[in-house]
Amino acid sequence: MTGPRPSPPGGPADPIGPNPSFIDLLRAANPAAIPGGVSVPPPPAAVPAPHGTTVLGMKFQGGVVMAGDRRATEGYAIADDRMEKVFPADDYSAIAIAGAAGQAVEIVKLFQLELEHYEKITGSRLSLEGKANRLAQMIRGNFPMALQGLVVVPLFGGFDEHRGQGRLFYYDATGGRWEEEDYHATGSGGRAAKGSMKKRWRPGMSRDEAVRVAVEALIDASEEDAATGGVDPARGIYPTVHVITADGVEDVEEPELRAAYDAVMAERRGDGSARGETL
Amino acid sequence: MSFMPYVPPEQLMKDRSEYAQKGIARGKSVVGLEYADGILFLAENPSATLHKISEIYDRIAFAGVGKYSEFEELRISGVRLADLRGYSYGREDVTARELANAYSQALSAIFTQQMKPYEVEILVGEVGEDPGRNAIYRIKFDGSITDEHGSVAIGGHAETLTTKLTEAYAEGWDLATAVRSGVEALSAAEDREIPPRDVEAAVLDRTRRGRRKFRRLPDDEVARLLA
Repeated sequence: MTGPRPSPPGGPADPIGPNPSFIDLLRAANPAAIPGGVSVPPPPAAVPAPHGTTVLGMKFQGGVVMAGDRRATEGYAIADDRMEKVFPADDYSAIAIAGAAGQAVEIVKLFQLELEHYEKITGSRLSLEGKANRLAQMIRGNFPMALQGLVVVPLFGGFDEHRGQGRLFYYDATGGRWEEEDYHATGSGGRAAKGSMKKRWRPGMSRDEAVRVAVEALIDASEEDAATGGVDPARGIYPTVHVITADGVEDVEEPELRAAYDAVMAERRGDGSARGETL
Repeated sequence: MSFMPYVPPEQLMKDRSEYAQKGIARGKSVVGLEYADGILFLAENPSATLHKISEIYDRIAFAGVGKYSEFEELRISGVRLADLRGYSYGREDVTARELANAYSQALSAIFTQQMKPYEVEILVGEVGEDPGRNAIYRIKFDGSITDEHGSVAIGGHAETLTTKLTEAYAEGWDLATAVRSGVEALSAAEDREIPPRDVEAAVLDRTRRGRRKFRRLPDDEVARLLA
């Protein structure tokens, strides 16, 4: 604002109008602040950095559930048992991230701002398709870091306001983007979580069922994978669960998660009261 | 060879001021009012999509009158400055004072250095944690900046509106009273009734959940508040 004023475009070949991308703006102003924007020589060994582990996403009637455990590991050590890995991206979408935690959090922060900036500059929200594509480009931008062990693999879920339904996308480290029709899990415990959801998920589930299936899948993952944190009521550690519907992103509160955990455990013990009640 | 005739700097500035003022006087006005829960901005604007009032950041809003292309450019620069600052440092480090200063610098430079001054007048408002910490800045076409409290008006009928609003204003208005008084003042200044669908209204509401406090009031809500 004090420097050269924005626009007018340089020449007739430039597209006219303001660029609504925050990332492009940041690249011009401070390229080093972009995750993956600095290239570093390959380290002699893997960089010791905390890694987030299991996250999952699941469609249900009217929306999407995004959930993740709370553990971050550094080699064989537990780096953090209360890490958040699921974040609202804007009012109608959420992002769940497994992989290098520091890199992941920075990508999420930038992604959130990218969506907000677009909304403020243009006066309208990006379509869900547009958000998913933008995220793919960001993950692709992180590819040099991924080659050095700082892999970030997100799941992205949101409510598509045009189609009136929840949608779920998953990514790989190269920025590949695929849409999932039912459920997906990623991270070190992703395989176990997917196995769990394979048995529990069914089309047209209600929101409450979906929350319970998500909690159960994370419990299963924590039992199969050392790097995935389990539910620990004694210390008040519950998974992060976000539900996205036409009403926006809702952070599922602890009492509901505790109830879901209790129901899963009661069923495992064979308590008749809980068996088959909700599933 | 042609020579530029000598024009005394006083005359030059006077001409530019007059030019800008004429442009602004042709346009409609915007009103800013502090109320119990925050700050309300009101304008007569028949367009539902070309806004005079917009969000800049979590607690900061922008309102402009005069030439749309010019204040739109200022708005976009403001969003860019705020987002960059908030990302590089922290979200609470973005303040209306800093934005208003940047606008003032930019407008002052344009006024003195460019062929034609901007025909705009803008407001930058920030809602505080409590009413005592609200901030509203008014920045004129030449970059002159004032710190406003309670009620403020910019645009063609700024003076009439300011007189009317200063008389009517009382601290701690609820939203309905503020909307009613603001629309009444705007109607009186234009000497005709402004229909609710032509009222552009937005608030910075400190009671709003989440970090983004800016909210547009849809036409039906304005109509209800005016009823």
